Amino acid sequence: MAFSHRKKEAPTFEFHRPTPGEQLIHFEHLQKAFGAKRVYDDLELDVRAGETLVVLGGSGTGKSVLLKCLIGLQRPDAGRILFQGHDVTGFSEEQFIPVRRNVAMVFQGAALFDSLSVGENVAYPLREHFPDMPLDEVRQRVAEKLALVNLPGTERLMPSDLSGGMKKRVGLARAIATNPEVILWDEPTTGLDPVTTQSINSMINSMKKKLGCTSIVVTHDLVSAFAVGDRMAMLANRRIVQVGTRDEFRRSKVPEVRAFLDARRVELEPGGMS
Amino acid sequence: MSPSAEAEAPEVVEVAAQERPSVVERAKQRLESLGAMTQMTGQVLSRAVRPPFDGAALIFQVETLGVRSLPIALLTATFAGLVISLQFGYFLARFGVQYTVGRVVVLTLFRELAPVLTALTVGARLGSGMAAELGAMTVTEQVDAIRALGADPLRKLVVPRVLACLLVMPVLTVFADVVGLVAGALVVNAQYAISLDLFFQGALDAVFMMDFVSGVFKGAVFGFIIGLVGCFKGLTVEGGTEGVGRATTQTVAITSVAVCLADFFITKVTLYL
Repeated sequence: MAFSHRKKEAPTFEFHRPTPGEQLIHFEHLQKAFGAKRVYDDLELDVRAGETLVVLGGSGTGKSVLLKCLIGLQRPDAGRILFQGHDVTGFSEEQFIPVRRNVAMVFQGAALFDSLSVGENVAYPLREHFPDMPLDEVRQRVAEKLALVNLPGTERLMPSDLSGGMKKRVGLARAIATNPEVILWDEPTTGLDPVTTQSINSMINSMKKKLGCTSIVVTHDLVSAFAVGDRMAMLANRRIVQVGTRDEFRRSKVPEVRAFLDARRVELEPGGMS
Repeated sequence: MSPSAEAEAPEVVEVAAQERPSVVERAKQRLESLGAMTQMTGQVLSRAVRPPFDGAALIFQVETLGVRSLPIALLTATFAGLVISLQFGYFLARFGVQYTVGRVVVLTLFRELAPVLTALTVGARLGSGMAAELGAMTVTEQVDAIRALGADPLRKLVVPRVLACLLVMPVLTVFADVVGLVAGALVVNAQYAISLDLFFQGALDAVFMMDFVSGVFKGAVFGFIIGLVGCFKGLTVEGGTEGVGRATTQTVAITSVAVCLADFFITKVTLYL
């Protein structure tokens, strides 16, 4: 339920800056079901610090749920999620706050607050996580993040004034306002034209270079996946069926991966689309 | 029917029968929903009395929910006052006591009609509006975004709305009391030649403070119910935009029934006070 609020006594989470390549996140024997529909059976996945991991999978396979489980928006039925070695699975809403300060999510539809301007949207996490931050510093940080996503001077616009691609970029500016260590991208290029898709892909890569953060990107867009991913994981049949580099994926003989790649290749080839 | 359609028809019926929940399952879902709403009530109350308090959000909701509901509340109260005054004037004249119409109208309005009619008309507007707004935020992941950005949706969205309803409904009830009474006085003056002095003197003689307070108290309880149901249905929307439509309809139905039930029990209690 959206407002569930579990109380549990547990040590508070303290984030420390990871060294590149160390194991940052570990999904361990994860199980999740929605009613009779099982989403994960014994899912295992590691995420390393500093990498961009792409989680591929068809629609309805639970890619977005994986991201939501990591920051406590959904709760797994069984298994554990370790973040820097801390088991965050049973964390209460309060205990998740430091996790959410360091793990930001860019939602599929941007999820901008309709009643707030672009500037207020980007300032929102700053006001929540740093209530004592001076107003001038908030304004400065908002302007800086909007410039970073190539939308300088748009503070006064309302979300209804923006195109789909601009909304995604404002969603990114809002996500990186607190300088998080991990960015979760939920279908970042879905529904966008090829040019905007290319600019979002460039943005994912530039975030890695400029901020040095870890990214998990869930998508079924293969072009985007191969453009941004250092490693890739394929979610199918309620588990991760393969994890590997881009080249390992291209040469994969795992039937689920092969079927996914070949189906998309047909779409991209001349005459493949009817 | 084509042969292929004939072949598929039994399967379709079978699937439909499998997907329709049984009576027991539906009862279980209702109980679970009631439990979740009770849990949310406790969480809202605990947040409402603990800082930080968001005064600006509360004032915004009072303006949005209350001030904008004033016209419909006054219109309803006016016609309620007109109709009951006409009816009582007519029936009391049969017994030769039409001069007591002010006494009967004030008690009916203050104790019952003003709070209940205001809750049913304004409540439908407020409850469905909240369910639609929060439902749209839920399906567009804005509620998830609030949580992901480190905030509490109950504190940000629900507490200001429930408190605003709790504050606004008694005030609207008082307005409805006054407007309904004035409308009643004018119509019996025009229809039955009962002077305004006689009407209001009778009303003041008959009414006790408890009659007024019980109506205002009902307004507060109804406001709390409307706020909670609207927010709960909005936050628990499932099934996209279709689900939002379903939630708004359910909100109107649930608040109407809940208001009638609560009215009965509050009346029962206040009659003995």
